[in-house]
Amino acid sequence: MFRNNYDNDSVTFSPQGRIFQIEYAGEAVKQGSVVVGIASKTHVGLFARNAEELSSYQKKLFEIDEHTAIAIAGLTSDARVLSNFMKQQCLGHRLTYGRPMPIPTLVGQIGEKAQINTQVYGKRPYGVGLLVAGVDENGPHLFEFQPSGMTEEMVAFAIGARSQMARTYLERNIESFADCSKEELVKHGLRALKESLVQDKELTVENTSVGLVGLKEGPNGRPSVEPFKLYDGYETKEWIESVSESQGGEGEGETTAAGEGDGMEVDS
Amino acid sequence: MDHRPQAWGRPRDDVYGAYDHSYMQENGPKQNTQQPIVTGTSVIGIKFKDGVVIAADNLASYGSLARFTDVKRLRPFADSSILGFSGDISDMQYLDRHLTELSLSEAYESPDKPRLNAANLHRYLSKLLYNRRSKFDPLWNHLLVGGLDDNGEPFLAAADLLGSTYSAPSLATGFGAMLAQPIMRRYVPDEEAAKKLSREEAVDIVKEAMKVLFYRDARSLDTYSLAVVTKDGVELKEDEKLENQSWAFADRIKGYGTQTV
Repeated sequence: MFRNNYDNDSVTFSPQGRIFQIEYAGEAVKQGSVVVGIASKTHVGLFARNAEELSSYQKKLFEIDEHTAIAIAGLTSDARVLSNFMKQQCLGHRLTYGRPMPIPTLVGQIGEKAQINTQVYGKRPYGVGLLVAGVDENGPHLFEFQPSGMTEEMVAFAIGARSQMARTYLERNIESFADCSKEELVKHGLRALKESLVQDKELTVENTSVGLVGLKEGPNGRPSVEPFKLYDGYETKEWIESVSESQGGEGEGETTAAGEGDGMEVDS
Repeated sequence: MDHRPQAWGRPRDDVYGAYDHSYMQENGPKQNTQQPIVTGTSVIGIKFKDGVVIAADNLASYGSLARFTDVKRLRPFADSSILGFSGDISDMQYLDRHLTELSLSEAYESPDKPRLNAANLHRYLSKLLYNRRSKFDPLWNHLLVGGLDDNGEPFLAAADLLGSTYSAPSLATGFGAMLAQPIMRRYVPDEEAAKKLSREEAVDIVKEAMKVLFYRDARSLDTYSLAVVTKDGVELKEDEKLENQSWAFADRIKGYGTQTV
């Protein structure tokens, strides 16, 4: 009667040692539209193709604090819970220590919060994946966050539907990211986004968002935070045009997402 | 042998008589700290052009009794800031352990360089003190925090048992606020003066102020700790002795030594 007896809750292991509820949550991330993140030595960029929603588009990039922001792929309502939590933690940290929250600390907190949901009966994993971008005293950071609670620091990454194509692009160019200027970073990000588009879709000013946060030269030579800025609509026009002109050799989608698009493999 | 856990660790009834449980009443009104018990006197600090000098003597008094003469009241934090404690010694020890925990977890997250500077630390401690006084259970201390701020500039600020904070080019807690602060203010009336002060001058001013405090504060000691914080770290000396004392001024003042009249 049941296809699978071991996917009723998030605390039961299958005999093969898998927890299906967590894997299903991972599938929810793959349903969300793609987001890309790239870190250089001075900046981190988040790039998103906003998901269509009847007459409008769903926002994909959210500012958490002056120095950090997230890009979401998956259930928007779960992302709202996590981003509210992150905003509160950042504010609280500013109040008690008088400094912006270090990014690894922040990511560690949501990782812990998400992991608890996978270990307590009656709870469910978050159905959302995040890219967390931010700067702290150690420079720019980009983190990936998964519903399992796993977090990992990345140089560049993409999550969401058909994100494998974007990841392939990023992998091919990974050596160049560290020394990228802000503009170059944006171009790489948008090219990676384009890789993941479906055949007849294009990047337009309506459906593309870019978020940037970084470090700039501050007083007496110390680096200071260049606050997160979200570029929406016509602010992205020039960037989008610049990447559609330079349709060069890099744009070949020669790789196929291994196993993606097919249903996940399940014990029978 | 009494096997009940309630009886463990208690004096044996057959030797000492029945234990008087009224001392360990669990019910009834709860009493928080009403006064400090073992106390440390003034801490003084002064800013100079590339850092902060801070000093406190090594005495812990039990009321008017000079009970412990080797208590170090200056505590470095992450080798980049210094804390001076006056007030209750047991609360100082509590804060000391708490800060050790904090510095460990900070060092674990960021092994290569300290992330909490003196300004961050001062903010944190003031919130901690305010949180405790809001529970009507204050940590009975007056702290000085010295080090560098976000911009690498010298930082000196105070936090007290109420969670109040203030900052100045020179600061002193307790009796020092009356006796040492005016002396230090003569040298550094404002930030500009502190920016011109050399390290040697700052140390001399602090030593002079410690001497005046020993002359006039009856709960003080001639052995003291002195720390200098710069961008290169904390230099802490914990066994300094007051030099060139002259008690000639006390000769005809009532209250110093034996009175003949």
